[in-house]
Amino acid sequence: MGGFSLNLTFQPKRLSFWESLNAWIFVAPWILGFILFTGGPILASLVISFTEWDIVNPPVWAGLGNYELMLRDPLFFQSLKVTTLYALVAVPLQIVVGLFIAILLNTKIRLIGLYRTLFYLPAVLPIVSVAVMWRWILSRDWGLINWFLSLFGVYGPGWLSEPEWALPALILMSLWGVGSGMLIYLAGLQGIPTDLYEAAKVDGAGAWASFVYVTLPMISPVILFQLVVGLIAAFQVFAQPFIMTQGGPQNATLFYLLHLFRNAFEFFRMGYASALSWVLFIYIAVLTVLIFRFSAAWVFYEGEIKNE
Amino acid sequence: MTPISAQSSNKLRRTDRRPIDWAKVLAHIILIAGSIMFLMPFVYVVSTSLKTAGDVYTFPPEFVPEPVAWENYPDALTAMPFDRFFLNTILLALGRIIGLTLSCSLAGFAFAKLRWKGRNTLFFIVLLTLMIPTEVTLIPRYILFSKLGWVGSFAPLLVPGFFAENAFFVFLFRQFFMTMGQDLIDAARIDGCSFVGVFWRIIAPNAKPVFAVVAIYIIQNNWNSFLLPMIYLTDRAKYTLALGLRLFNEQYYSQTHLLMAASVFVVVPIVILFFFMQRYFIQGVVFTGSKG
Repeated sequence: MGGFSLNLTFQPKRLSFWESLNAWIFVAPWILGFILFTGGPILASLVISFTEWDIVNPPVWAGLGNYELMLRDPLFFQSLKVTTLYALVAVPLQIVVGLFIAILLNTKIRLIGLYRTLFYLPAVLPIVSVAVMWRWILSRDWGLINWFLSLFGVYGPGWLSEPEWALPALILMSLWGVGSGMLIYLAGLQGIPTDLYEAAKVDGAGAWASFVYVTLPMISPVILFQLVVGLIAAFQVFAQPFIMTQGGPQNATLFYLLHLFRNAFEFFRMGYASALSWVLFIYIAVLTVLIFRFSAAWVFYEGEIKNE
Repeated sequence: MTPISAQSSNKLRRTDRRPIDWAKVLAHIILIAGSIMFLMPFVYVVSTSLKTAGDVYTFPPEFVPEPVAWENYPDALTAMPFDRFFLNTILLALGRIIGLTLSCSLAGFAFAKLRWKGRNTLFFIVLLTLMIPTEVTLIPRYILFSKLGWVGSFAPLLVPGFFAENAFFVFLFRQFFMTMGQDLIDAARIDGCSFVGVFWRIIAPNAKPVFAVVAIYIIQNNWNSFLLPMIYLTDRAKYTLALGLRLFNEQYYSQTHLLMAASVFVVVPIVILFFFMQRYFIQGVVFTGSKG
């Protein structure tokens, strides 16, 4: 998508001392911030993960104790399961729904601005408000969703009170926020040159064929990007379960970050929570690498020549 | 970044006189149905927020409140110091706007327009930090701030802003400044303008859109932010709207009409901002997506 060469190859011939000095001063806040708030903390959290520490008393070296504890912590596995399941279902659903709306909006349709506003608006709302609102919308006896289902004669479940429905309810709710993804796909779709579609038409391609052979390949880098972003976002889900279900019922919505938060800020087990954060870090990194690995098979980059 | 709003409105103007395009009719039908589904939660919540306590629990729900209980809003908003929460949220947003736009734009300027050794290496680190999940720094930062005695104050939320904590904004500024011509900068330098002067007189005035996008981003993030304020703002007098609403949700759990009024109140400023600044919201999102 247009015009973002990173241009890291620049090699100056002669550097002015004054210019360099200025540059270092301008970048100094970021360097300090990186050391104090990012780089330093990352190393610190690795060290802390080998200790037992409640902040008040001095830390005690625990070696790999926290990591062994994790293997015996059923809630760790539960939170990993819940979050992974959510990512596996919600992220692809968000992509499909977002792309679907974007494709409808990309048909040179009237009122595109109005539709775009309507579909995007929920995505800008503060998550705490959305959680409070949806707790009511998902209410078993008085909620909007179950009223809608009742129109079709379906007696809706207690979405947030029954263990098998709580996670699906949060996934459903997440679809209300597909607007930002939709905007990104829409921009991507508008960047596809029209002559590609004309060429496809000349070759006798119908709407479906031109979607499969033109739209999807051209939009695939954006889908890949949204997949990775969505995955990372799934592992940051916190406010929704914290406010709507407190991780329940029966830990059915115990998201990873909620489990980490409880260990750190309710039980003050900073060592164990740091170990949890490192395992999460590595888990996300591995998943991201795997997605990129397998993306070569389905992501198409413009200018790329395939060796058949 | 293609401003999609401009593009699409151009497309709209071109009205073509062809027979009815059934594909478009179908698209409209689906879009209208979808819009209704996206709007219904708002309608339901707003209508609940305007019902009397006794009218809330009806099935099937009645979407038009009768009578309209306007008093829910003053009742809900005076039950807790929401004015204080609102002020705190605004103050935090302003502080973060000042800190982040200053530090991130200066860094972006150095990365885009100045020639110095180490530039590429450092910028590569900026890009790397984009991929680090916040959880990893959560605990050490908390320990740092608690040892400094800052827990309970705004400082842990404000101070990192002055140190360009948001790598994405550095990237955003740098990318925008890259598109600006070098000639003007060189000319100003020859005329004896300092680098700060170049930034202040040439770069910044010509980069207002990117400053607007970043400021909007910060306001929205700040309105949304929940986990970090909850950890650091232990004193109720310092609560943000998000924290206040969460407390309200706990204490007025069963008074749905008041709860919905409070959550509508928290949402409204962002909705208003959205309608006036939609262009910048959209540009920000589209820019995020085009990183890939």
